[in-house]
Amino acid sequence: MFEIDDLKKGFGSAGTSVLFAGLSLRVQRGECVAIMGESGVGKSTLLNCMAGLESVDGGSIRLDGTELVGLGDEALAGLRRHRFGFVFQAFHILPHLDVAQNVALPLWLLDADDARADRCARAMLERVGLLDRAGDWPRELSGGELQRVAIARALVHRPSLVLADEPTGNLDPGRAAGVLDLLLECIRDAGAMGILVTHSRTAALRADRILRLSPGGLLPEAVST
Amino acid sequence: MSRVLGRIFVASLARRRLATALSLVAIALGVALGLAVQIIHGAALDEFGRGMRLLSGEADLQVSGAREGFDDALYGRLAMRDEVADASPIVELEVRLPGHERSLRILGVDALRVAHVHPALMPRVAEASRDDDGALAALQPDTLFLSAAAQAELGVAPGDRLDVLAGTRVASLRVAGSVPGAGQGRALAVMDIAAAQQLFGRSGRITRIDLRLKAGVDVAAARSALAAGLPAGVEVLTPRAAEQLAAGLSRAYRVNLTMLAAIALVTGGFLVFSTQFLAVARRRQEFAFLRALGLDRGTLMRGLLVEGAVVGFAGGVLGVALGHGFAAIAFDVAGGDLGAGYFRGVTPALRVDLPASGTYLLLGVLAGVAGAWLPAREARRMLPARALKSGDEARMFQFRPQPRRAAACLGGAVALCLLPPLGGVPVFGYLAVALILVGAVLILPMLVRGATRIAPRHRQALWRLAGARLAAAPGQAVVAGAGVVASVALAVAMAIMVASFRDSVDRWLTAVLPADLYVSASPQGTSGVLDPGALQRIAALPGVTRTMPVRFDTLRLDDRHLPVSLIARPLDGGRLLPLVGQSVPPPAGERPAWVSEALADLFALGVGGRLVLPLGGQPVAFRVAGVWRDYARQQGAVAIELADYRAATGDLAANDVGVFLAHGASFEEIAAAVRGILGENTVRIASPGEIRAQSLAIFDRTFLVTYLMEAVAVLIGLFGVSTSFAVLAIARRKEFGVLRHLGMTRPEVGRLITLEGVLTAAAGTTLGLVAGTAVAFVLIEVVNRQSFHWSMDLQVPFGGLLAFAGAVIVLAGLAARVSGFQAMRGSAVLAVREDW
Ligand SMILES: Nc1ncnc2c1ncn2[C@@H]1O[C@H](COP(=O)(O)OP(=O)(O)O)[C@@H](O)[C@H]1O
Ligand SMILES: [Mg+2]
Repeated sequence: MFEIDDLKKGFGSAGTSVLFAGLSLRVQRGECVAIMGESGVGKSTLLNCMAGLESVDGGSIRLDGTELVGLGDEALAGLRRHRFGFVFQAFHILPHLDVAQNVALPLWLLDADDARADRCARAMLERVGLLDRAGDWPRELSGGELQRVAIARALVHRPSLVLADEPTGNLDPGRAAGVLDLLLECIRDAGAMGILVTHSRTAALRADRILRLSPGGLLPEAVST
Repeated sequence: MSRVLGRIFVASLARRRLATALSLVAIALGVALGLAVQIIHGAALDEFGRGMRLLSGEADLQVSGAREGFDDALYGRLAMRDEVADASPIVELEVRLPGHERSLRILGVDALRVAHVHPALMPRVAEASRDDDGALAALQPDTLFLSAAAQAELGVAPGDRLDVLAGTRVASLRVAGSVPGAGQGRALAVMDIAAAQQLFGRSGRITRIDLRLKAGVDVAAARSALAAGLPAGVEVLTPRAAEQLAAGLSRAYRVNLTMLAAIALVTGGFLVFSTQFLAVARRRQEFAFLRALGLDRGTLMRGLLVEGAVVGFAGGVLGVALGHGFAAIAFDVAGGDLGAGYFRGVTPALRVDLPASGTYLLLGVLAGVAGAWLPAREARRMLPARALKSGDEARMFQFRPQPRRAAACLGGAVALCLLPPLGGVPVFGYLAVALILVGAVLILPMLVRGATRIAPRHRQALWRLAGARLAAAPGQAVVAGAGVVASVALAVAMAIMVASFRDSVDRWLTAVLPADLYVSASPQGTSGVLDPGALQRIAALPGVTRTMPVRFDTLRLDDRHLPVSLIARPLDGGRLLPLVGQSVPPPAGERPAWVSEALADLFALGVGGRLVLPLGGQPVAFRVAGVWRDYARQQGAVAIELADYRAATGDLAANDVGVFLAHGASFEEIAAAVRGILGENTVRIASPGEIRAQSLAIFDRTFLVTYLMEAVAVLIGLFGVSTSFAVLAIARRKEFGVLRHLGMTRPEVGRLITLEGVLTAAAGTTLGLVAGTAVAFVLIEVVNRQSFHWSMDLQVPFGGLLAFAGAVIVLAGLAARVSGFQAMRGSAVLAVREDW
């Protein structure tokens, strides 16, 4: 369960430019939520706040009952290590680790032993259909493949919450659909929660709910099905 | 093009200010050191040459021999020759002054001849001295003329009296006037030749005859004609050749310093390389994008080279300014030979050297361009379509291992060490040093890769990350670590060489100073002597068990080398010499001579070889019985038994005497007794300990500048390490951002960077220690042997080296940590921002 209450965030001194205030959100286990909104409205900032990477001006953020607001750097990092998964628009696969090592990275950070890290990474790669590329270098992969590696990396350590910021923004529409389906499937399979920011309505439609971010807060988007 | 250059390329230098500034400073230091050495030595050599030319005046040929001189009958014979228009005999003496540390050069000239050959040495009688004898004062036996500099230094004026040491007697001379032609800053005295001969016990002997040839006479032909009739040990040279021979003595030393400056400059170029390389890696996508927009390969490459050239030029300009400043300071502090003693007594004036400045500015630009070359080529080769993808820069850092090239470099180094010097300069030795360094840098990626393979598998994420990174991109380790390899190698080489040298000198001093007390009438090559009577009275002192008189001279063995030193003293069959190898007694009836390593090298002599020494105007044959180590006389020295010397020359005087004391006899009492015999202030009395301490102090002063320049080169290298880490850390900001997203804390990322820095530095330092030992070996066995002709015993200061290596590793870790900290200053969010 991921809960946000009365969240306030702005930039500039004394919150001169408030991005959002009084923002609330509830996400259940196994649920995937899509967030849409104009460019510059603060979607990325919101995701960063959720991950504890950005400070907030007020409100509360709780993951499975743990309050994030007010936690120290160390504790937040530990929380991210254990409970969060990330998918970035530009993939951010580390160039000097091979594909399997990139996927195993979160397990390394959790001090898993080699055998287990490798086993889990391979299982995850198999899940995203890239087991045969395990030993390749990232530069030998296409964008779609890289994002699948990123999905594997985001889920390999069984996080409770996966945050994805425009995960298909760098992919062509044909590939985007496949990658997005894979991401959502993986999240649901793992019984995790997913929050994805996207510009694409078709992408958003695959989520369980669509919310629109505006300065007033997160409003449910009417979904015409 | 020019706009592209300005906006895209050169402007990018301003974006990485720290790295650019460090490269610039490194190049500036290299240029400054090289130029300063050039300016100082140029000025000193100039002044030295001017001094020699002044003394040779308008002579076309100079006839000279041993320091003790030759029979003056030769003067009459030469003056009669058809080719000769004018001949001027000279007695040249380095005379000690009681109570003064410094000595005075006195030239005994023939007042009637000197005007024709040496107008600059014409004495001028001061008004005060003129009244009674008028212009004839020059012929008075007890007068001398002092140049303005000598008057100033000794604090005397015309009309005053000056005490000088003749043998061990004090003689008082009247200062009758000046030597206006001597010019500024040259301290010398002129007196009548007959008076000088008489006063200093050189009756019938002169040291030089300067000849002016008749108009139309060919100098070379006259020279060979005259040479045929000269007695043993007397040679005829053109003043120019004499000057070149003398200047040649300091050449190896000057080249040595220039090489050190070159190393600093190359290190600067290397810094440009590492920062440009990393910058190109970072800007790879930008370049790919520009190429996609239509920028052609050539412009891209040129743009990057111009970046390097701009850094080199700016560094060069700064370096030229600094170089003149350094030179000015060095003149003040150390003098024209930078404290090494080659140009003692020469006071050169500093001036702006335009050609040298231009050359060094150009060298600065070259270093910048050379550093930018590989990265620019890399950028030129890049395939835009691939490079547009992120992660492609990792390709640049793969660095395929090049065992063949590494082996070729090291093999080449070994081969170069076997080659002889070129013109007395160990060119190939220096090249071998360069090849060893290049080879070590080529080995580095292999070492790093190998080390990550055999390293224990660690469960900690930090170790895994660092290991995976170093294994996959050893190139980054190379770029950051090559600076470590080079500076550690240089520092280690220098430390080993100096330790070996100092230790060898120390032991050598012990070997050459066996007596308990030394009485010297001619310290530093002055012309004082102890007569046989004085020697006997010293030997007869109670408490003295034995004396060891030493007679010094310098002998001309041929006209292609500088005069060599002759040391005649009791040698006990060579047992009293620091021999290298065995002493082989000559066949019965032959006289043994022991040659110094320099003499053996310069004259290609070995044990058993025949050596003819001109003694007492006669060629006397000797058999080389052994080779000994001599750190004092670079032009070569030969030691013979005093008895052989006395038999050949009939000269019973000595310059120094070593005194062995009876058990219980006190140094102070004997010293006082000797002073009682010889008078106060006439001789220098010292214990071997004092002489040793003094000699080591001179040794340290001689190498001071070398150490300083070495330290600068090492510093620049360490600079390079921190710049590389800084640039690397900035290039990896995105990676750090991702790691922070994945749940690493800032301190953990910091530790990761530190760990990588330490691992890289450890690999570099290990290699640097090995390469440095190899370089030290080359410096000792090739460079020093060929430059100065002296050998030394290898001595490795293990403790110091290990401490230094540890310090470098810690420093590198700190540098990496600090630069990583800077790279992480922004938030993790911003680091991955471009698309988040
Ligand atoms: N670190 C920052 N400092 C100041 N303003 C920021 C910072 N990060 C984001 N902003 C501003 O916050 C607003 C929202 O940015 P962002 O969350 O990236 O929008 P979105 O992802 O919805 O396009 C933008 O107007 C941006 O300029
Ligand atoms: Mg955004």
